[in-house]
Amino acid sequence: MANNLLPIQLTVNGKSHEAAVEPRLLLSDFLRHELGLTGTHVGCEHGVCGACTVLFDDEPVRSCLMLAVQAQGHTITTVEGLSPGPEKMHPLQDAFWTTHALQCGFCTPGILMTLIPFLEANPTPSTAQVREALSGNLCRCTGYQHIVEAVLLAARTMKQAAGAAAV
Amino acid sequence: MKPPPFEYVAPVDFVGALDAASKYGGEAKLLAGGQSLIPAMNFRVAQPAVLIDLNRIPDLEYVHRHPSGGLAVGAMTRHRRLEFDPQVKQSVPLLAEAVPFIAHPQIRNRGTLGGSLAHADPAAELPVIALALQARMRCASTRGERWIEAADFFQGMFTTVLSPDEILAEVVFPAPPQHQGYAFEEFARRKGDYALMGVACLIGLDAAGSCDQARLVFLNAGDGPMLAVEAAAMLQGSPVSEDSALAAAVHASEKEIEPLGNLHATPAFQRHLARILARRAILAASERTRQTSTA
Repeated sequence: MANNLLPIQLTVNGKSHEAAVEPRLLLSDFLRHELGLTGTHVGCEHGVCGACTVLFDDEPVRSCLMLAVQAQGHTITTVEGLSPGPEKMHPLQDAFWTTHALQCGFCTPGILMTLIPFLEANPTPSTAQVREALSGNLCRCTGYQHIVEAVLLAARTMKQAAGAAAV
Repeated sequence: MKPPPFEYVAPVDFVGALDAASKYGGEAKLLAGGQSLIPAMNFRVAQPAVLIDLNRIPDLEYVHRHPSGGLAVGAMTRHRRLEFDPQVKQSVPLLAEAVPFIAHPQIRNRGTLGGSLAHADPAAELPVIALALQARMRCASTRGERWIEAADFFQGMFTTVLSPDEILAEVVFPAPPQHQGYAFEEFARRKGDYALMGVACLIGLDAAGSCDQARLVFLNAGDGPMLAVEAAAMLQGSPVSEDSALAAAVHASEKEIEPLGNLHATPAFQRHLARILARRAILAASERTRQTSTA
């Protein structure tokens, strides 16, 4: 019967979860409603706004365009997984705070999750590269300028930290 | 909105997928990348009773040299793989050129070559590239296997020759002739948006510098990838010049495409874009004949 629940097991932010879900349950809704991780936001439900972006096996994807059952055996990272510890922010989150790169914050988790792999692959991005990386995420509040500044600031901060660690 | 209930089947090998497709036929939709199907299901414009998920089948994703010298690509190969695999850039550079125009990286991480071709959206890049390159599609069912040329594969808006029980398994891109120039041009309001118009162009020059092969295929210009045969013929027999490129572009944009218009562009504007992009692509492809040589 089509409403049968299917068992899934997956890792989210380093923690293993087991659940029984309807096949039609979207990954975005699974994260938000079954796991209570409401940092992943639902904007358009057809893949264009980017608010639902999460990491699926370390790659940014639209969680509104995946079924929870497809995540069986896979690893998900959401915005809740960025913080390195209680009361601490990831350098990218810190940079967003510093440059006022968020207002309502609705687009922010999707943008952060898009940028994490981008910065890993491009540790010293140009402004043009940052703008291009952001082109799959819509923001209605900020006009993007401070977001770009945040990314450049975070890139510098993270590079310095990496340099200091290497010494 | 959310999708209505459906039966979910996730075969772990291709035989299982063929069996499921045979069993459910027209009641089922195949889930490849899901970047077009899931939005349709979320809006309930698509309501398949059964979803056959192809994502657990390991041997449908690959890129390797075909014995003929071209490239064989598994149908579940992600766009992102095509974007970065050096074999693609080396063997079929037009494909590598076009893939970055597909939506955004987040979409390209999941979207697949086979899914895009089988979905046959007239505004999609890959059907245009497949037609330009004269790719061949291996289509499989429990009844057997058949190869379909790109020219015969696309039947209309969101329609291909695939039967309800058939699965596109592989796409072979033939080796381009030596020194063939290529270009892909597309115009969208914002990067990653659906293109309002696009064109793929292939140009070959003979030893005397005269154009002896030309191929021009338009995107979002009708109910499928639109091949401008007459414009291509106009280019042949003489060197490519600003004048010949413009003449061919004008003819193609006025006589050989049927753009339908949309929220962001009237058909007249689409024709205007087609003329400009085709002219640019013809000149760029011609310039590239001097630069390319296939390995």
